[in-house]
Amino acid sequence: MLGARRWREQVGRLWARPWVPPLFLLFLVLLPILLAAQQGVSPDRLLSLVIWGTMLGSILALGAIGLTLVYGILRFANFAHGDLMTLGAYLALFMLTLLPQGPPLRPFSFSLEFLVALGLVFPLTGLAALLVDRFLYRPLRFRRAQPVVLAMAAFAAAFFVRSLIYLFWGPDFLFYYVGRPRPAMEVFGVLLRPDQLFILGLALLLVFLLYLLLEKTKLGKAMRATADNPDLARTCGIPTERVALWTWLLGGGLAGISGVMLGLDAQLRPEMGWFMLLPLFAAVILGGIGNPYGALAGAMVIGIAQQVSASFLNPAYAPGVAFVLMILVLLVRPQGIFGRPGG
Amino acid sequence: MSLLKAEGVSGGYGDLEVLRDVSIRVEPGEIVSLIGPNGAGKSTLLKTLFGLLRCRRGVIRFKGEEVTHALPEALVRKGMAYVPQVDNVFPSLSAEENLEMGAFVLSGDLKERKERVFRLFPRLRERRHQRVGRMSGGERQMVAIGRALMLDPELLMLDEPSAGLAPVLVDHIFEQILAINRTGVAILMVEQNAKKSLELAHRAYVLAAGQNRFEGPGPELLTNPEIGRLYLGG
Repeated sequence: MLGARRWREQVGRLWARPWVPPLFLLFLVLLPILLAAQQGVSPDRLLSLVIWGTMLGSILALGAIGLTLVYGILRFANFAHGDLMTLGAYLALFMLTLLPQGPPLRPFSFSLEFLVALGLVFPLTGLAALLVDRFLYRPLRFRRAQPVVLAMAAFAAAFFVRSLIYLFWGPDFLFYYVGRPRPAMEVFGVLLRPDQLFILGLALLLVFLLYLLLEKTKLGKAMRATADNPDLARTCGIPTERVALWTWLLGGGLAGISGVMLGLDAQLRPEMGWFMLLPLFAAVILGGIGNPYGALAGAMVIGIAQQVSASFLNPAYAPGVAFVLMILVLLVRPQGIFGRPGG
Repeated sequence: MSLLKAEGVSGGYGDLEVLRDVSIRVEPGEIVSLIGPNGAGKSTLLKTLFGLLRCRRGVIRFKGEEVTHALPEALVRKGMAYVPQVDNVFPSLSAEENLEMGAFVLSGDLKERKERVFRLFPRLRERRHQRVGRMSGGERQMVAIGRALMLDPELLMLDEPSAGLAPVLVDHIFEQILAINRTGVAILMVEQNAKKSLELAHRAYVLAAGQNRFEGPGPELLTNPEIGRLYLGG
């Protein structure tokens, strides 16, 4: 099959060009938009859907970046990552019951104490993630458990967290502020709630801070290096277990914040994070496992595709849309858009 | 005093014992080659010396100090550096960041050290901000060796530095290795390209089936008819 091999080499060379991966990303974003336009969705509505999609994508990105770093550094798919999001959302709710309630910060639906709770969710969820690792994953890792055992342990952790939430808060939908109006306003012809602008702004800010951490600090570079090649990182004298510890804190904290964002945008429910798991993994795989920037790009693609497709598909198919995109990418490029062969 | 001295080393992977009673030494400033057929345990020996694999029997000394069971982190600090044969770079990091990771255990300014590597490999200076995953095989090898040099090691261990490189680049890499050696760094390398590496080496060991077979000055082994017949293809 000389022809097939030559074909593969040609494709490989094509992907090596710096403009090909971004172009492919653009294609993935445009695909659902063009489909929607073809179904007769108006440009105005498409624009708002794209903006909502960007917001969903940035929430997803906060979760996906933690997931991909943990995967890269520990070679471990943390199926409990979605439930860390749920945990963060409910921890914020719990803190709201402890903190004195102030007047709403117009035009937002939340008050000052919500921001305090949000700030506390980061370290608390991070700590929770770290504890799960210390007491569940790490002992298994040190015993060189099979990947399937670790996967089951992660599922167990996910069910455990969700059961705790059922136990304390019950299965019903909950809101951070019951009964507060959440009026939408028009920004450049797009209907948006101020809360959503807050979410988008905060998510973009966090992604930017994360970028600074990963690019400019020694710890961040060590995280990327360890995610790239854990064996070589050890060879360089990088303390990989300590890097993993910081990755859990950071990844868990970001997941918690993204859970609060989801809860603020819609409502809280015990399965909210579990339902995010498929889009999260789709984002991670789409961008190339272990690559934080790939996860960011993947999350944006998935977020926009899910929202835009909701204009002509039943929203219940949203996880399916993520799945289809993931499979599409896997067929064209198994290592992910920004991944490398075998990586 | 030898820089590195391993005596009666045995070890391998899991239940598989690859090395049996291997002894080698490297003197300060020397180039020592390890040659031998595939599966002879050359790479295994390097990994064992660097603490990536457990040394089951025998003693390893580095600068007179026993390091038989030392971990790579500790050996790096003591002045030993190792470049694996494959996966020896961080592909999603830039060339410069790869070098910085090589000196992770140091705090403070790395400019002077990076500058030294760039003087050795001017090509890397041009491409310092480029992601290594996008570089050619030869450039990656420069990054890998440059990374290992960042801590100013006294001993540099190279596992097949010329593997997978185009013939032109092979010569270039060997020239670089000589240049590094001239700055006083001792080199212990494993090479498929036995002829080339024997020409270069002050001394060489022939390893076969996990044991020492021959030891001697590189050029002498090169003209040894038995080695020529066995390992150099006539």
